[in-house]
Amino acid sequence: MAGDKRKVQEINAGSMADIAFLLLIFFLVATTMNVDTGLVRVLPPMPDPNVKQEDIKVKERNLLLVFVSGNGNIMAGGQVINIHQLKDKAKDFILNRFDDPNLPEKEVTEIEMPNGSKWAYPVSQGVVSLQTTRDTGYQVYIMVQNELTRAFNEVRDEVSMAKFGRKFSDLQDEESKVITKAVPLKISEAEPRNMGKK
Amino acid sequence: MKKKGNKSLPPISTASLPDVIFMILFFFMVSTTMRDQELLVRYRLPEATEVQKLEKKSLVSYIHIGQPTLPMQAKFGTAPRIQLNDSYRTTKDILDFVAGERDKLSEVDRAQMTICLKADGGTKMGIITDVKQELRRANALKISYAASKTLGY
Repeated sequence: MAGDKRKVQEINAGSMADIAFLLLIFFLVATTMNVDTGLVRVLPPMPDPNVKQEDIKVKERNLLLVFVSGNGNIMAGGQVINIHQLKDKAKDFILNRFDDPNLPEKEVTEIEMPNGSKWAYPVSQGVVSLQTTRDTGYQVYIMVQNELTRAFNEVRDEVSMAKFGRKFSDLQDEESKVITKAVPLKISEAEPRNMGKK
Repeated sequence: MKKKGNKSLPPISTASLPDVIFMILFFFMVSTTMRDQELLVRYRLPEATEVQKLEKKSLVSYIHIGQPTLPMQAKFGTAPRIQLNDSYRTTKDILDFVAGERDKLSEVDRAQMTICLKADGGTKMGIITDVKQELRRANALKISYAASKTLGY
């Protein structure tokens, strides 16, 4: 062969890029990027048909009836309102700052704190009842649900600021449980009315 | 300074190209999840501001509601349909669907199972409520109304 002694030849890495490209394209095609987000709710369990249900009586002052009609109009507590007023309406209802006799009553409940002590907080007994018709649009329904969630979240933020000095989302696990007990998310989703018009 | 011979420019080294591509590859491997099913319905999710992220994808089952996709519309029309797994189903199949999904999970995780309702914004509440009633009957009570995050409207 040639007169000079050659070194061991290097492995050709030229095709490495092609392999990497192939893998990359596979992952691009086979995976999705979007994270699922949504409004989380817990449905009430189905009542047992064999057991006779006692009607749960909720006092009128403890109930905020939100009704969404088929063409997207919103009625809350007997008044027609628009979507932007709903949050404040719901907040007033949950908080009842001035102990108005027409707004929900409060029951002082002792909540166990993470450090073992007890904290007596007047928990609102109010329930927001959300009713729709069968031809209400889903978009409006989600917007209403969103406004109600926002009302609850803002109340939680306020309570949490007063108690822990931080926002609800910045709380530790156990602390956020305390706030959840103090301000429970009480939205009842009734079955829809069958008629399109009220 | 000039050299005597008229040498051409040395070629640009591509030795680091694989490294670059591998870096992109790892980024995609980490930040994405496997696509698990093909959609037979199309939807535009409603928008909301107070959305929460769905944790633990393995515990989540999906119910898609919306119009059939364009190729399927010739056969199935444009009325909203419910998609479970890979086919169109009716509300009656939800009980079986939930039971099947529940069986896939381990005993400890079953209480944590979440149903994600992915429905088109234009759907009527009637069909959604039927699905919800059926979910209550199936005792799958944790649900999430899928919505995309927006900053306000």
